[in-house]
Order: sequence, then C-alpha cells, then structure tokens
Amino acid sequence: MTRLKDVVIIGAGPAGMACAVEAAAKGLSTVVLDENPQPGGQVYRAIESASENRLRVLGHDYARGRELASEFRQSSGVDYHPGSTVWNIGPDRLVEFSRDGKSSAIRASHLVVATGAIERPCPLPGWTLPGVTTAGALQILLKTSGITYQDTVLTGSGPLLWLLAAQMVDAGSPPKAIVETVPRGRLFNALPELMTALGAREYLLKGMSMIRKVKRAGVRIHVGADDIAIEGSGAVSAIRFRSKGTEHRIATDAVALHQGVVPNQQVTRLLGCRHFWDDSQKCFRPKLSEDRETSCAHVYVAGDGGGIEGAKSAEMQGRLVGLAIAEKEGHGTDPRISELRLTLKREAHVRPFLEKLYAPSRQILHPDDATVICRCEEVTAGSVREAVTQGAPGPNQVKSFLRTGMGPCQGRICGLVVTSVISESGGKSPDDVDYYRIRPPLKPLPLAELADYSADIPGSRDTA
Amino acid sequence: MPKRIDPDTETVTFTFEGQIIRARPGDTVASALAASGIRHLRDSAVSGEPRGIFCMMGACFDCLVEVNGQPNRQACMTPVSQDLAVNRQNGGVEVKV
Repeated sequence: MTRLKDVVIIGAGPAGMACAVEAAAKGLSTVVLDENPQPGGQVYRAIESASENRLRVLGHDYARGRELASEFRQSSGVDYHPGSTVWNIGPDRLVEFSRDGKSSAIRASHLVVATGAIERPCPLPGWTLPGVTTAGALQILLKTSGITYQDTVLTGSGPLLWLLAAQMVDAGSPPKAIVETVPRGRLFNALPELMTALGAREYLLKGMSMIRKVKRAGVRIHVGADDIAIEGSGAVSAIRFRSKGTEHRIATDAVALHQGVVPNQQVTRLLGCRHFWDDSQKCFRPKLSEDRETSCAHVYVAGDGGGIEGAKSAEMQGRLVGLAIAEKEGHGTDPRISELRLTLKREAHVRPFLEKLYAPSRQILHPDDATVICRCEEVTAGSVREAVTQGAPGPNQVKSFLRTGMGPCQGRICGLVVTSVISESGGKSPDDVDYYRIRPPLKPLPLAELADYSADIPGSRDTA
Repeated sequence: MPKRIDPDTETVTFTFEGQIIRARPGDTVASALAASGIRHLRDSAVSGEPRGIFCMMGACFDCLVEVNGQPNRQACMTPVSQDLAVNRQNGGVEVKV
C-alpha cells in the first residue's frame, strides 16, 4: 500500500520550510522531500552548520534563515526526508523518489512544488572551460565550505552579482574585477519603474550599500561590457570584452557568470502545468491562482519556482500555500491569508525596476552562431538556427534534430536559450515556441534501483 | 586560487585519481576538490573537452565523476566521507553487462 499524505512538499528552501510549518500546525500530515542534506535550499544553504565567521561574511539576510530552519526543525508533525531525489510524479500525485539508493513513493492529496530557481543560462564563448562557474556556485562554495577564490572576475548583471562581490570583499578576497553587462541608457529606461520600486525601498538601499562596499574595496568595475569571450586551453586563463569602446583582456583563473535567476520548471513541466512567458522577467512561469495553485488541481507552487520574487517572498508564499491548503481541507480561514497576500504585493514592488535594469544582455539571449548553448551535447546557437530554417518549429523538434536538452541535465541549462534562439530566428513569440517537454526520470537513477522498484510499500499502516 | 576562510582543519580524506584529498565534514566531493585546486573533473562525452564544476547545485551535471566505481555521480551532490575513491570521468559511460 502506498502512503497517502495530506501535503507533500518538494524542496526545503524558505518556501518549502514555511509551507511545511503552517500545514503541520493545522494538523495536516506533511512530508518534505529535499535533495540536500540540510534544510535551507540554495539561499539558506548550510545555514545550520555555517560557522560564525561565515555568518558574518554572508550577512544578515542569510543569518535570518536560521530562525526559519529552527522553526522547521521544531515543528512537530513534519516528516522531513533530506537527501531525497524526486524522479517522477505520476497520476494522482504519486511522488516517486530515491533515498539512500532505494526508491519509494508517497501519494499526495496536495502537492507543493518548492523547487525554487536556477541561474539563467549565460552562453558565452569559452563558458564550458573549467574555472568558469555561475556566480551562485561561488556563493554555494562559500556557504557550504567557507571557500572563496582570489582574483575572480564576476561577469554579468543583477543583484546577486553585487551581493556575491560584497560577500567576497568581507571574506577578504575581493573580486579582481566586475564586468557588468548592463548597457548604457538602461538605468534611464528603468527610471519610470523607480517610483513603484520605492514602495519596497529597503531592497534599493541594500543594493546601493553593496555597490558602495565593493567600490570602496577598490574593485575595478567595467560597465556596459559586450562581446565577452573567455579564453583558455584546458581551463580559463583570461576574459576578453569591450567596454566603452575599448577592448579589455583580464588574466584570471576564475570567472563567474550571472544574468539573474529563473524558475526551475522541471517539476511543473513534468506535471503538464500551464506556463506562460513573462516578458518582464524574460522567462516562463507556471500559471498560478491567487492561492498559488497551478492549472493542475491540487498542485501548488511556493517560492521562486512560480516567478522570481526573492527569499522573503518565498517564505511568505510558502505560508500562504500551507494555510490555503488547510482551508481547503476544512480547517477554516486563517486571517493571515489576506495579510500575506497584501505583504506579498508590497514586496513585489521592487521587481519591475530590477527586471528592467538588469534584463539579460543581448549576447546571452542571442548568442553568436559559434557559441555552444547546450553544454551537455555541445550544440551551438548556429546549428539551432539552421534547424529552424530546416523546419523545426520548437524546442522538441530541435531536440530530435540535434540532441539539445537530451544530455544528463535534461535541458535545465539550455532550455531558455534554445527557446530564445528559436523565437528570434523563427519570428515567433516565446509562448508560441514553448519549451521542452520534460519526461521522467527527472534525474537519472541507476537501472538496478529502477529494476528493484515497487510503488507499493508493504507494511505501511496509513493507506490510500 | 581557492582559500578557506574558516580555521577548522581537514579531518576527512578521500582519493581523486589516486591522489589523497583532505576535506572537511560538510564538504561535497566538488567543494573539497575545488578547495584543493582541482578543476578538471571529467571530459565531455561529445568532444572530450575538459569540464569542471559549474552550478554547484545539482542542475548542470557538469561535475559528473565516478565514485567507488559508480559512474555519473554529481560531485556537487555527493557528501564527502572517509576513504571514498573518486575518479575523473572520461567521455561517455559504457554499460557493463
């Protein structure tokens, strides 16, 4: 018999933790499945084990995650399974997952997808060389292991790039340079959104203080950078770019790329939830109701997997979803539901300004023909354009022509660029081009484990 | 160059291509290798070009290594433990029958 739970939450970041706390407090049987060994997601990664030194370097907003993690740990009634990889979700929300080399399944009355965001793909010449990482990867090294790189060049745009730079300054290894891709005139274009953004001005103040800190540390900042290429043989040795009409070349053994983060669509796509193109965030988002229910009944999204709004909003969305499910299960309307909705609206005020200012750069949305866009199968933007001229109308046809998205990452890294390149060359909107069809397993699992699998768990007392 | 900002000492050891790597509890195979200055973790199955860590959060699969004889393990999702034998993954994985 398969266990049936009221709420199954995938992901133990701010959204997943908060959702679990609220659902369990209402007496709902609540399970949290998370791939990582500790709660926190990426934003509060290793929050329970970070040293005092790391907490200082990573700052207040990170340290705040401790309260939530401890609330989550102390919440009785949450059945938490760290180290669990969900690899399929079948009909009636049967969630199949691996843990310690064994697979099992739980059936969910309500499923909450709290799988968060991933970094936007940044295809540039040389981006597959060892020594080139995402900015998030460097931050994860800092959070989990207290590792920083000296003489790193940070490239791209967005709040995370500045946050990481400020944290590297505090860690005693300021970046060697920041190569910022925000084109000239972008700030002017974003100004109309500034009045609204002032409604959540603490984010702007925090951003300004990070930028000041980095500048004061003497970090060289190159603005309006374009035509970026990473050089190296066997590993990165330099980065080239053009800024203010001048060619630059900086020798470095570490380059970190960043162009904002985007929802991780793997689970909502697998489930067949409806998605739409958000032109402001330049990404797909699942279509959600006010309670964050997807087009698939009883499937919810809490956190950045539903659109990028940041860690604080993710936590509030988690609480909102937990309370909304409890209400549906007959536990009454919690007055906090309407408060959370209001605060979430206020928090979102800063987004249009940031989205306009830090929109992804031309070079990564429309890479040159020779640039590899699918890292696993090493497919270039040029071959995708060629496939479009040969008649491939969307990502799934390009996939069968060229194997894009068929490598081990299953399109996680190339998906958005492939859509963007097809959209541009075929003259169609991203909504019309659409996205990869995501199939199970969501992550590869050993054949032996699959052969050994049975969805029914003998001896389980709570039954469907 | 990588450096550690905490004063703790390395108490876990494992091997990478036979070389002894000193790690700390809480490290992943990927972070311990990064701290040791090792950047080349596998060769691409398509072109044979070298690859290393990229996303560190289990999304990109660029850090695939062989752990205790099992191929295709994500180094960034594998916690370190004493005496792991980790090897570089060269090209594609052959199915052994």
